[in-house]
Amino acid sequence: MNMTATKIEVETATPAATIAPVVTLTPKRPPRTEAYARMVRETAVRVIPPLVVIALLTLVWELVCRRAGSALPPPSKVFADTKELIFDPFFDRGGIDKGLFWHLSASLQRVAFGYSLSAIAGIALGVLVGQSVWAMRGLDPLFQVLRTIPPLAWLPLSLAAFRDGQPSAIFVIFITSIWPIIINTAVGIRNIPQDYRNVAAVVQLNPLEFFAKIMIPAAAPYIFTGLRIGIGLSWLAIVAAEMLIGGVGIGFFIWDAWNSSHISEIILALFYVGIIGFVLDRLIAGLGKVVTRGTAQN
Amino acid sequence: MTAYLKLDHIDKVFTRGAATTEVLKDINLTIEKGEYVSIIGHSGCGKSTLLNIIAGLTGATTGGVLLENREVNSPGPDRAVVFQNHSLLPWLTVYENVRLGVDKVFAKTKSRAERDAWVMHNLNLVQMAHARDKRPSEISGGMKQRVGIARALAMEPKVLLLDEPFGALDALTRAHLQDSVMALHQKLGNTILMITHDVDEAVLLSDRIVMMTNGPSARIGEVLEVPLARPRKRLDLATNATYLKCRQRVLEFLYERHRFVEAA
Repeated sequence: MNMTATKIEVETATPAATIAPVVTLTPKRPPRTEAYARMVRETAVRVIPPLVVIALLTLVWELVCRRAGSALPPPSKVFADTKELIFDPFFDRGGIDKGLFWHLSASLQRVAFGYSLSAIAGIALGVLVGQSVWAMRGLDPLFQVLRTIPPLAWLPLSLAAFRDGQPSAIFVIFITSIWPIIINTAVGIRNIPQDYRNVAAVVQLNPLEFFAKIMIPAAAPYIFTGLRIGIGLSWLAIVAAEMLIGGVGIGFFIWDAWNSSHISEIILALFYVGIIGFVLDRLIAGLGKVVTRGTAQN
Repeated sequence: MTAYLKLDHIDKVFTRGAATTEVLKDINLTIEKGEYVSIIGHSGCGKSTLLNIIAGLTGATTGGVLLENREVNSPGPDRAVVFQNHSLLPWLTVYENVRLGVDKVFAKTKSRAERDAWVMHNLNLVQMAHARDKRPSEISGGMKQRVGIARALAMEPKVLLLDEPFGALDALTRAHLQDSVMALHQKLGNTILMITHDVDEAVLLSDRIVMMTNGPSARIGEVLEVPLARPRKRLDLATNATYLKCRQRVLEFLYERHRFVEAA
């Protein structure tokens, strides 16, 4: 009885199955124009709202600061004052009288140097603390205290130690951005599932292979969280540090503009600092996405 | 007759502070080459601990494991494990997951091309060659377990350890995979030790069923021979008297003599 019943079901199911692919095949190749239209629509949905908000805010700013005796310049005046800086970022008249490109690139170089050092040292220390219980017991309290020290508090000490502005600024970047990298890496290493460790044990990976093939990929999402927080912090710290050490750099550019009462230049510089901070963050996030593309659980 | 795999007076005691729990007591078992042995028992009876001891992932408190008369006490590819939750590395493709073990085990004995061919051969054995470039997240649970089996087989283990390999699968997929494992055992003649809590699975697949008593201090309560000819067919066995008798015997052991008592 049962057997015949299932047979009938199978028979009725077959024609339905042959119809189904015909139905699903048709929408597979939409006309090209339609695809473009959808792409335009999707882009518009993302781009238009922020543009509207920016336009409105600029308008409000213009209206508020236009009155005579206003302390801050309206956007129209900022643009008029800084036209030269915007359109010629590459001039170099010696000393610190350079275009914004040179200031920004000097700052970025310091960040690149200090941040690379902290990424390497941070991941190494994070692996140590994550892997060894004794290293964690010994080092973790130290890290927890040190990480609360504000970046600029390190500057006088590093100036005393290095007797030079450049390495001091790099040290401040390093010491500011290393903590989130250490802590997140350690958490990532500690959270490696026992299953993966068992697999490595059965396959008999040596410690170096275990590090490269299991540990780093398994902890990569955590490591990149740390790296992303770290890059943000180092960009925060560099502007403040440069204000104090002087020389070429966006931080000192802002300080210099304030001393010469060029408020418009400060506003322009802030705009650039914000954009570059955003780009750096996206850069690390994008890199993380590429590197950890397969690490999602199961 | 010499034992291929021998568990020799294994005790396992877990110690946490002052409290000690004896999990396994005096486990003795010999397994012959090519044999398919299942270990069955209620959850918490320490059967997974026993498998971990054989795999070398956990140490025995006293006693030891002998493989071909040599003591083994650390993990190695000669006792490859198929884990319950497949444990494929999610950042590697199906191919790379199998290749990881192959590259280690055959680093010196096989050339690059031979290793590649060997990986594909093993993926073919479990009918997963078509998914070689997929990542574990892109394939179904049954497929993942197939890849897990291919990874273990590719290491050419002396003993294949299966830790409730079908536990996380739905009934139909499970049946399908059981048939595959049976076919592989028939074809390759591996020595297999499987942990399970499924009576039908144990009777269908095994030559011998090792029944464990409830913990703490779990022992081997009884060992049942399953004298069914191979190859076995699931449908024919449903009405086979020997099959039913074996099944009855295991059920009696598990549900009458050693009923699961909720401990603590």
